Amino acid sequence: MIYLLFGYFATVSILSGVFTIALKNPVHCGLSLLSLLLHVAGLFVLLNAEFLFAVQIIVYAGAILVLYLFVLMLLNLKTEEQYLHKKYPFFLFAGVAILGELLILVFQTPYGGAVGTATPEVVLQTRPSHAVGITMFSDYLLLFEIVGVFLLGAIIGAIVLAKTPTAPTAGADG
Amino acid sequence: MIPLSAYVALSFILFMTGLLGVLIRRNFIIVLMSVEIMLNAANINLVAFSHYLSSMAGQLAALFVIAIAAGEAAVGLAIIIVVFRGKIATNVDQINLLKW
Repeated sequence: MIYLLFGYFATVSILSGVFTIALKNPVHCGLSLLSLLLHVAGLFVLLNAEFLFAVQIIVYAGAILVLYLFVLMLLNLKTEEQYLHKKYPFFLFAGVAILGELLILVFQTPYGGAVGTATPEVVLQTRPSHAVGITMFSDYLLLFEIVGVFLLGAIIGAIVLAKTPTAPTAGADG
Repeated sequence: MIPLSAYVALSFILFMTGLLGVLIRRNFIIVLMSVEIMLNAANINLVAFSHYLSSMAGQLAALFVIAIAAGEAAVGLAIIIVVFRGKIATNVDQINLLKW
């Protein structure tokens, strides 16, 4: 059963990824990106990351993708005849060649490493989201604060960039 | 039990899809969407290793990646709006002011 689910999520996410970069109409690309995000969220469930599953759907599919579609509708991009780069066969060939080599390396690599303490049983005992919260606000507190400041900077930057430019008036330096 | 290499291979395939999207598409917004595909590939990798090595660190890193992706989307789309409003370009390969 788990193989079936993994196969479904993996196949559909790869197909949606290919459609995202191959379809002509940008709105169709956005919708296939939505499908990709939802299926990646399904993969997170298979990997026992329930909190990330929720975050992926709420933040990625709910907020970021809506932002993309919003800007897409706002700008009303017209699709041009030549929507790919002029030299795209070269890039395509190079990308597929590099991918083949990487896949050969991936299946030859012996994976190993220091195993941590958060086994699925322990996580289930403390509840998954609870475990994420405990780790975030103990070991990663500084990182959490830095991300908060980063998001503030991103908001201010986006507002300043997208502000409607006004004619400079005397005495105002903005 | 699905082998870890299956997840890593899936993540590589998605990453290369996103990279190809950045390289071959001319539309701004699709290029940003391809960056999102690459970030998702990195997230799959992080969560897979977090699961197989029984550590919480990977999930936290994936959470921060999602936060960074939100900031990146906001700033990138703001830049796109500026470029469009100023009628500077309609495609990515026409933005070459900083090229020498």
